[in-house]
Amino acid sequence: MSQQTILFEKHKEYGGKIVDFAGWQMPINYGSQIEEHHQVRTDAGMFDVSHMTVIDLTGEKVIPFLRYLLANDVAKLKATGKAMYSCMLTEGGGVIDDLIIYYMSDDWVRMVVNAATRDKDLAWIEKQAGSFDVEVNERAEMAMIAVQGPHAREKALEVLPLDVSQAAAELKRFEGIDSGDWFVGRTGYTGEDGFEIILPESEAIEFWDALAKEGVKPIGLGARDTLRLEAGMNLYGTDMDETTSPLISNLAWTIAWEPADRDFIGRKPIEEEKAQGVQQKLVGLVLEDKGVLRGHQKVVVEGVGEGEITSGTFSPSLKQAIALARVPVGVGETCHVEVRGKLLNARVVKPVFFREGKSCLD
Amino acid sequence: MSEVPSELRYTSSHEWVRLEDDGTATVGITDHAQSALGDLVFVELPEVGTEYSAEDACCVVESVKAASDMYMPINGEIIDTNPALVDEPEIINSSPYDDGWIFKVKPSDEDDIEQLMDASTYEAELEDE
Repeated sequence: MSQQTILFEKHKEYGGKIVDFAGWQMPINYGSQIEEHHQVRTDAGMFDVSHMTVIDLTGEKVIPFLRYLLANDVAKLKATGKAMYSCMLTEGGGVIDDLIIYYMSDDWVRMVVNAATRDKDLAWIEKQAGSFDVEVNERAEMAMIAVQGPHAREKALEVLPLDVSQAAAELKRFEGIDSGDWFVGRTGYTGEDGFEIILPESEAIEFWDALAKEGVKPIGLGARDTLRLEAGMNLYGTDMDETTSPLISNLAWTIAWEPADRDFIGRKPIEEEKAQGVQQKLVGLVLEDKGVLRGHQKVVVEGVGEGEITSGTFSPSLKQAIALARVPVGVGETCHVEVRGKLLNARVVKPVFFREGKSCLD
Repeated sequence: MSEVPSELRYTSSHEWVRLEDDGTATVGITDHAQSALGDLVFVELPEVGTEYSAEDACCVVESVKAASDMYMPINGEIIDTNPALVDEPEIINSSPYDDGWIFKVKPSDEDDIEQLMDASTYEAELEDE
């Protein structure tokens, strides 16, 4: 059964082309994906991300539990509201999901996980939580709207409820704050500044319309994908999954190895992998020839070996094709990508292409 | 509703064909096709001089979303391709039946064009989709 978010009728009203995404009927675009992409890079756009899963973890042992559950270390978060990105690993060191946590207090952490992985994530978290006496509450009654772009914050602050707005105005990057039933995080998945706002479903439609009136345009999942890829942000299930370790997914920076005695799920296998030396890495590719890079195209690194594109697209900001690709660690500055039997020239770059209105390429 | 000009012929894979006065045929993708594909960002044009049979994949149009094959509507030889599409494939989105034409064909048999769907048949087919 396909599910709809509380904003489904709004998407149709705003001309959204509806597709199935992880069992949800979501807008892929509202006309032009490229225009929506530029809207976020230059002004402000809003995304219905109510399909994502908000989980509140509460109880005295929340912090010790998360220090065991996640590869990043929640103990690094000292200030209330501070956010952290982390992987949740299998016993074998594969990635179950990537997620954001907000440290609200020593007995409350809010977590946001992917829609496509909801069932397995909840089952895994509940299974692990048993011995810690931590309560796991999915907040399915909440909607979630991301407002992103250089003018996103000022526009959102105009229409947030007054007390929420006053609190949100003070947020630094990667912080969140709760105010009544509302929650605002200065986080996102586009490479632009902005907010991710969790609010009661009963107030979501009115808030969406108020943002629209302020000139914030609705943005579909299509532009969400090109924005995140330009920003060099991984997509779960595409760039990494349970068969890939974070070390070959450009996610080593999210693993807290210290303190060395912190035992987290998946630590041992990735420690061994690191000690032996990783064989592959996730890099960025920029296509020098005309064409479009796509997931699963073969990457040929002369004299070294082969790899594969995990995510590829045409970058609306750079006006050329870009990709994330998993390649042998010996890769140099260039490689070839096989597209319909032809070997096209690509440049190997750090996996971040465009953020905050600027190219990240040399 | 997408636009379906009455003077053109159509395929079920959403190409349109126009028979020109000089006996050549101009080919593109329909308004319905460009709308379904979304913003086009690349066209891999066929080589001039190549002969194809009807229904051969001869060209690739790529949107931000995906790559799609385009099929030869009739038997014939490619005699020209639209040079404007190399740098501005989005012309296909803005003008699918005029400036956004994709290639020209010398038909092996002009009568093949008559065998393709007319506008009302194509329109009926779109409604069934």
